[in-house]
Amino acid sequence: MSTPTVDRAVAPFDPRDHVAKKPGAVVRGLRWVREHIIGIAAVLALFYLFLPIAIVVIFSFNKPVGRQNVAWNEFSLDAWTNICRDPTICESVGVSLQIAFVATIIATLLGTLISFALVRHRFRGRTATNLLIFLPMATPEVVLGASLLALFLNLGAPLGFGTILIAHVMFCISFVVVTVKARLAGLDPRLEQAAMDLYADERSTFRYVTLPLVLPGIISAGLLAFSLSFDDFIITNFNNGTLVTFPLYVWGAAQRGIPPQVNVIGSLMFFGALAIVVIAQIVGAARRKK
Amino acid sequence: MARTQVVTGQVEDLHLVGLTKRFGTMTAVDALDLTIPAGSFFALLGPSGCGKTTTLRMVAGLEDPTEGAILIGEQDVTQLRPYQRPVNTVFQSYALFPHLDIFENVAFGLRRRGIKDVKKPVEDMLELVELGAMARRKPGQLSGGQQQRVAVARALINQPDVLLLDEPLGALDLKLRRQMQIELKRIQTEVGITFVHVTHDQEEAMTMADTVAVMNNGRIEQMGSPVDIYENPRTAFVANFLGQSNLLPGQVVGREDGVTVISAHNATFRIPTARVATDGDSVVVGVRPEKVTVRAKDRAGDLSGRNVLEGVVTDASFTGLSTQYLVRTAWGQELQVFSQNLSADDIVRLGDDVVVSWDPIHSFGLDGASDLHAGMDKELLALQSGDEPAQVG
Repeated sequence: MSTPTVDRAVAPFDPRDHVAKKPGAVVRGLRWVREHIIGIAAVLALFYLFLPIAIVVIFSFNKPVGRQNVAWNEFSLDAWTNICRDPTICESVGVSLQIAFVATIIATLLGTLISFALVRHRFRGRTATNLLIFLPMATPEVVLGASLLALFLNLGAPLGFGTILIAHVMFCISFVVVTVKARLAGLDPRLEQAAMDLYADERSTFRYVTLPLVLPGIISAGLLAFSLSFDDFIITNFNNGTLVTFPLYVWGAAQRGIPPQVNVIGSLMFFGALAIVVIAQIVGAARRKK
Repeated sequence: MARTQVVTGQVEDLHLVGLTKRFGTMTAVDALDLTIPAGSFFALLGPSGCGKTTTLRMVAGLEDPTEGAILIGEQDVTQLRPYQRPVNTVFQSYALFPHLDIFENVAFGLRRRGIKDVKKPVEDMLELVELGAMARRKPGQLSGGQQQRVAVARALINQPDVLLLDEPLGALDLKLRRQMQIELKRIQTEVGITFVHVTHDQEEAMTMADTVAVMNNGRIEQMGSPVDIYENPRTAFVANFLGQSNLLPGQVVGREDGVTVISAHNATFRIPTARVATDGDSVVVGVRPEKVTVRAKDRAGDLSGRNVLEGVVTDASFTGLSTQYLVRTAWGQELQVFSQNLSADDIVRLGDDVVVSWDPIHSFGLDGASDLHAGMDKELLALQSGDEPAQVG
């Protein structure tokens, strides 16, 4: 056995001699843009979304000249330290919170029950119910508000807290049903069968398996209902009588000039919602880690 | 069959009496009469849609029977709710509670029965399925095999009279499935509870169960020990669904000294009469592929006393421990032959003229009216004869 000897005039192929040169700065720059385009677009979109909120927060610290709070004058904590200087602001926030609170509870309860009926049971009129429950979401709010007003006037119902509440419960239910139904439809029926198989009667199965699994859906439905009710203007405007909710107050104030206190309340609401989200994330992360 | 049964504690036999389930006009389970002895590992084997899962769900109480009764020992449980029955289920895809950790999943049944001190039994049970370290994980953090063992632990901890397993290994890959088969068999031997195992995997049923019932169209086709039903299939469905078979339709030409002689395609075949499932004159001769030997025609040797056929090798696939041949007969039927690779001399090649033969005691006879393709694997069917249109059950 002899080892073959390499005896060639031409040098053997060496792949190392053929490695391409590093690309130039322009090519590398374009590549960087290509790789980060989604991030750039996201930052721009977030900037677009948060700019108005930032303006609201910034102008809550303004000391406006005259009635209109639109031009920056000087920094001041007046509005923050004296939110209720115009008592009607705080009254209107109180009214809105009360209505949102009660409407959320009623709409979430009814909406959850409707969702269970629609997902779990086959009954006559189920398809029709499914369709009708969507209608309030699809109908323009002006139409809803006007027709509700016509209804209340025909019935001779006194406009006020009660009529606003009825109107809010009505449009909130649709959103609750849609949210809870999605969660419920994703729930494997075998989990409940497994619970029954493991000695849980109907009530325990609901308490220990169904409810804990559907609860996140119910909570998010409730939060959605609360914010929808709190900021509704159009429908409320038809059915409020003489009662003034916060959105109605802001609308009224806009004619004369919005005081910076409105910005304060807006900022408080924003940071309150933000705090809830952050706390939920932290709790969730802690629970997953456990 | 006579079987000795080690009955542990108060475990009771499970009786199904005329159990029937109809969905509309479709009969899923057809008047099932069955006694599953206490402490046995019983497999309900059948293709999808044969009614095996429906049967299981009726025993669990998750499905109401249309007719018939379910008894555990002497107690009729037909009207009881699922949570009132001494029966627990291991669900297909497990159905573990995703919001509870492994410990609480396993403790669920105990807690619902109002048992306060669950720590010790749960830990013991997790130890049995070798998941002690996973107690505080959520089901989503476990692998498929681990989830499967949690599902078994969650059911077993309640010490039911009967444990129902609905295709429990279906979601696992092949290697893990083999491992879990052995594991489940070990657990069953250890706890002595009656296991009723539903599966469409014949190998799984034969490996694990001590009694296998082959189910088709809502009825039990045949029941017995795995060896018994494999070696003595009584219907074409069982012959094809449980392993593979070569089936040749023929006519009885004589019965003498416990041997039935059958003529088919100008050849005669001998079958022990005890292995013929019909008294009629039209009989299908059957033989398992591994019972058949194949030799080149010119060196066939002495074949006296054997059942013999001639043909041409049309396919030979070497699988390591055996070679699988297809041999085409003069009338175009392809016979399957599994030949162990014992010596290189025995090897026949593609296109060779060969003689296939088998010992008559390995033949079995089926009713001549059988559908020869009943219970056959669809893919195999397509692979085999392309000329015969076939109905797959």
